[in-house]
Amino acid sequence: MSSAVLQNGTRIRATTESVAVLVCLLALWWLASHLQWVSKVFLPTPEATLESLVQGLSTGELAGFTWDTVVRMLLGWLLASAIGTALGALIGASATARTWIAPTLEFLRPLPASAVMPLAISLFGLSGGMVLSVVAFGAMWPVLLATVHGLASVHVRLREVATALQLSRTAFVFKIGLPNALPDILAGMRLSMTVSLIVAVVGEMIASQSGLGQAILLAARSFRASELFAGIVLLGAIGFVSNALLALLEHQFLKWQRTG
Amino acid sequence: MRTWPTLLRPWVFPLLLLALLEAAARWLVPGSDALAPPSQALQAFGKALSASGDESVLQATAFTLSSAALGLLLGAALGVTLGLVLGLSRRAAAMGFLSIEVLRPVPSVALIPLAMLVFGFGYRMEISVVAFATFWPLLILTQAAARQVEPQLLEVAHALGLSAWARTTQIVLPAMVPRLFIALRLGVSFALVVAVTVEIAANPSGMGYAMMIAQQSLAPDLMLAWLAWIGLVGFAINALTLRLQRAIAHRMGEPHTGVAP
Repeated sequence: MSSAVLQNGTRIRATTESVAVLVCLLALWWLASHLQWVSKVFLPTPEATLESLVQGLSTGELAGFTWDTVVRMLLGWLLASAIGTALGALIGASATARTWIAPTLEFLRPLPASAVMPLAISLFGLSGGMVLSVVAFGAMWPVLLATVHGLASVHVRLREVATALQLSRTAFVFKIGLPNALPDILAGMRLSMTVSLIVAVVGEMIASQSGLGQAILLAARSFRASELFAGIVLLGAIGFVSNALLALLEHQFLKWQRTG
Repeated sequence: MRTWPTLLRPWVFPLLLLALLEAAARWLVPGSDALAPPSQALQAFGKALSASGDESVLQATAFTLSSAALGLLLGAALGVTLGLVLGLSRRAAAMGFLSIEVLRPVPSVALIPLAMLVFGFGYRMEISVVAFATFWPLLILTQAAARQVEPQLLEVAHALGLSAWARTTQIVLPAMVPRLFIALRLGVSFALVVAVTVEIAANPSGMGYAMMIAQQSLAPDLMLAWLAWIGLVGFAINALTLRLQRAIAHRMGEPHTGVAP
């Protein structure tokens, strides 16, 4: 019992110290901006940032931009997840397709998603659909490769079971392959959410689509540092919340694996 | 022994895709502003190779690669140092936990406008964004690598009465080398992607910008040539770092089998 109390004490101390470090960082920001260690043009005070944030959110302008970026990110991510899983299942289900197509996928994977943007601009113009298509394309890779990997790594025993049960290829994919690939796919979907946010922001900057990406670029161009920082804070919050939600979802979805 | 057919197999699918693109661009949409046949892209690339100034392939490639490398160097130096501290001391890790969780989710591209405001266009803004982007994965992976150093090694260091500095440089760091190179390889691919992204979004230099300009001047052949070139450079560098990492893992012993004496 005393060890439990001790452990509890350590945890409380760790949390306090953790919060203290964050407060120290904020204090450093406050000092650096108030004492003009860094020019006010680049570094607004924390109060000014908070004021821009509150004002922007209450007048609805910043809230609208945030909403636009979140919708773009989520739509692109959903598209990427659906297309990635479908293509991955198609390629991964057949050993022949894997040997012929997988090397090409390995070649395409390191290509920066944003490098496809000029091509997408010339195909679709400077539109919201163009940005969405690049978000979906860029975010598709982690899911696609994870699905191919998950289907390829089905245990030999399970393959034998499928043959013994005379499962068709479609039945094999849906009943054995995809459930087996689920942990890989969920991990891929988490990575692809991060990619979605990044590509959505880049797309808004280039194609001047309404959203936080465009907002922070305009704020920087007109030297409104506090608005720029407010936008960066909001983007960080979007990244934080979406990642936390997905981690929770992953935990829920994979419960059967740990208990079973 | 690999035979010729198996060596050639990876090339069949991409060549098929290229042939399809060639046919589509030649006969479906001839003279299009958006697409060009790969054969014309190759010609445009040949012309750009011999060009000088902003259009020069070598100059643009050198700009992107050097900013990516310098940014990675900065991000890795900071990330590995802090990661080492957080990995060796549980207390430090607990103290930094909240700040890291709050700052890490900020997408690196969100810093492009800020870097623009502070540094203007050029090397410094690109390097700073690349450094920010590579700092986090290197921090997290170094921290994990330092934690996975075998406890026996630390006991030996303790028994030998080594100082904290000697323990770190003579025992911990050498034991971490294979894992550090895995982290560094990830950092290299991150740095390249971020550098090209910065050039496409804002910075008027390098391969990404050259591609944007080709698109804006309605030269789809040159644009596709740049796209292929960016892909090739990325692939070659990733393949090279993978080789290096494997060679080092081989020399030092695989990370999961422990550490070579």
